[in-house]
Amino acid sequence: MAKKWTAIIEPKHRLIDLKLKEVWQYRDLVWLFVKRDFTTRYKQTVLGPLWFIIQPLLLTVAQTFIFGNIAGLSTDGLPQFLFYMAGNVPWLYFSTCLTSTSNTFTTNAKIFGKIYFPRLTTPISTAISSLINFIIQFAMFVIFTIIYMIMGDNVHITWLALLTPLFVLELAALGMGFGIIISSLTTKYRDLQVLVSFGVLVWMYLSPVIISGSSLSPTVYNLMMLNPVSPVIELMRYAWLGSGTTPFGFWGISWIVTFVVLLIGVILFNKVEKTFMDTV
Amino acid sequence: MIGEIMDEKDIAVKIIDLKKRYRLGVIGGGTLQGDIQSWLARLRGKDDPNSKLGSKAVSSNETFLALDGINLTIRKGERLGIIGHNGAGKSTLLKIFSRVTAPTEGKIYIDGRVSSMLEVGTGFHEELTGRENIYLNGAILGMNRSEVDSKIDQIIEFSECAKFIDTPVKRYSSGMYVKLAFAVAAHLDADILVMDEVLAVGDMKFQQKCLGKMSDVSQEEGKTVLYVSHNMNTIRQLCDRCIVLDHGKLVYDGEVEDAIALYADIRRGDKSSRVDLRDAKRYRSVATMRDLSFTSISFPDKEINEFTDDETVRAVVEIESDIDIPQARLRFGFFDMYDRKIASCVCPDAGAVKKGSNTVQLNISFKGLVSGTYRAEMIAFSSNEFGTVKEHDIITEGFFFDVTAKGSDFEWNALRWGSVRLPDMEKTQF
Repeated sequence: MAKKWTAIIEPKHRLIDLKLKEVWQYRDLVWLFVKRDFTTRYKQTVLGPLWFIIQPLLLTVAQTFIFGNIAGLSTDGLPQFLFYMAGNVPWLYFSTCLTSTSNTFTTNAKIFGKIYFPRLTTPISTAISSLINFIIQFAMFVIFTIIYMIMGDNVHITWLALLTPLFVLELAALGMGFGIIISSLTTKYRDLQVLVSFGVLVWMYLSPVIISGSSLSPTVYNLMMLNPVSPVIELMRYAWLGSGTTPFGFWGISWIVTFVVLLIGVILFNKVEKTFMDTV
Repeated sequence: MIGEIMDEKDIAVKIIDLKKRYRLGVIGGGTLQGDIQSWLARLRGKDDPNSKLGSKAVSSNETFLALDGINLTIRKGERLGIIGHNGAGKSTLLKIFSRVTAPTEGKIYIDGRVSSMLEVGTGFHEELTGRENIYLNGAILGMNRSEVDSKIDQIIEFSECAKFIDTPVKRYSSGMYVKLAFAVAAHLDADILVMDEVLAVGDMKFQQKCLGKMSDVSQEEGKTVLYVSHNMNTIRQLCDRCIVLDHGKLVYDGEVEDAIALYADIRRGDKSSRVDLRDAKRYRSVATMRDLSFTSISFPDKEINEFTDDETVRAVVEIESDIDIPQARLRFGFFDMYDRKIASCVCPDAGAVKKGSNTVQLNISFKGLVSGTYRAEMIAFSSNEFGTVKEHDIITEGFFFDVTAKGSDFEWNALRWGSVRLPDMEKTQF
């Protein structure tokens, strides 16, 4: 009679083995990683969690000055400050998810080399702990929106705002998906890491963070919306400020892209995880 | 014990023909550009522009079997000791077993939850308190929150750190750190405990407590223990079965005492007074390319490397060089059996090294080292007029030797007192 084993360790595993069940068993670990990140990140800093707010605020002020006042780019008739902030907040979350998960293997080499736990818990918890920053920044954005509404500006929150959790989920999944693909490749090719910060910067200009979608020619607009981040940012801005475009079709495509990227990411990640200790 | 037909359901671990192959030479850290260049060159049938030049280059396709076909069956509740010298494959075996890395060939079947402790306090975060770290470490080791909740009082009590449990662990002494980490691992609800020499760091009293605890959990709760150590006394105390690994092969499986005796014999082989160093383990920076190589070291007046601390030993070092060095210098660094580097000796002027074969004769004295077994690393270096050091060859595992200290009427406890005995203090009169 064949015995039922708890685990079998083999050289290779099936290609499509997402190990999600295992990650679920370790959900407490994900939570503790998040807690650890949060309690330790701002220890021994002067301003502490205030940094969450200062960063997007300064960025938005700078953009308002340069792109709004000097360059005079269109902001769909919205207050420039709010327009830029509505782009920055989701973009910052996406780019943080991407960059902070993109070095998962190299930064955790020490602990990964000594003990086994489902490695996917690390990027997942990174994405979740960045969510805390996002929520604070997003709350700040909502407060500013309300202030502008009270001051009688042409701003109104639409029903689409209810879709916000979906927007955030997609940004997290997409950022993490790209991040873990990069982290899997950087175990072998370190120079990809350099590309990340540069790539993210270029990517921002290919997304409707500073440029408003409605100011583009149809061809350029369609090209920009094929970028999976674009429809999310555009829709989210429309949802909360009530002006701009609503590319629902492109949003559907971007969800498909998100699933594919995440799937490829998880497969690559699980493949690298098995032997990266020998190559890192 | 071995070969006996066992009831399948009593088996905790079954290892079948396990192999692990490592590639020697350049691995990882490559750049995409480099790989594409090499690939294009190969495509056009040219020399790889990225291969290292020089006669000492090792082909990057050369491999090394860290584990060479291990077969092993462990029954539930067994306490298995794993011994072997450095590089015998112990750590590789544990790493594969703990799923840190995957095997090249073979399979391991495991029945039960594994908790492995290859290092003390893995995953501890400096800024978190002891209590927070217990939860974090517990979760990393596979416990969920309620399990830790139900055991936290026991863990804190066992760790002897109750007073500091809400202090960040960065303020802990290294001893407290170890105690806390071990306490978490020992209280896990795992069925199989894997330990790699974690006890070597704690103090003696705590070591005894840990060994006692491990032997208790094994006997009372039927947990299986896999334990690697260089410390034969702890193996004797804890284990009821022992295997010896040598060069990736399992050379003995059975009684603890017999295994220890066999291991001592293998070590003696290492202590042969003439050691060929051409294929010795070298430091990464010189592993593939170097301008000078140690080829052998021998102690012509000795059969095996057993020295007393009051003698001066004659050693002959042979060096093969590609360059002329006007003034070569040598350094030997000594490690004790816990892999702690404890001392070095230097030959500030080993004379000129010429292109080709060279022989250097040395006198070495081990005065100050206490009784024990040691490993020596060997470094050849030179320095320029500004005193900057260039290391030509670095052998991490040069030779092994035993030192017997003479003239003492008490036992020296190297683990607690250190491995160097400074000149004795003298009582004087004012």
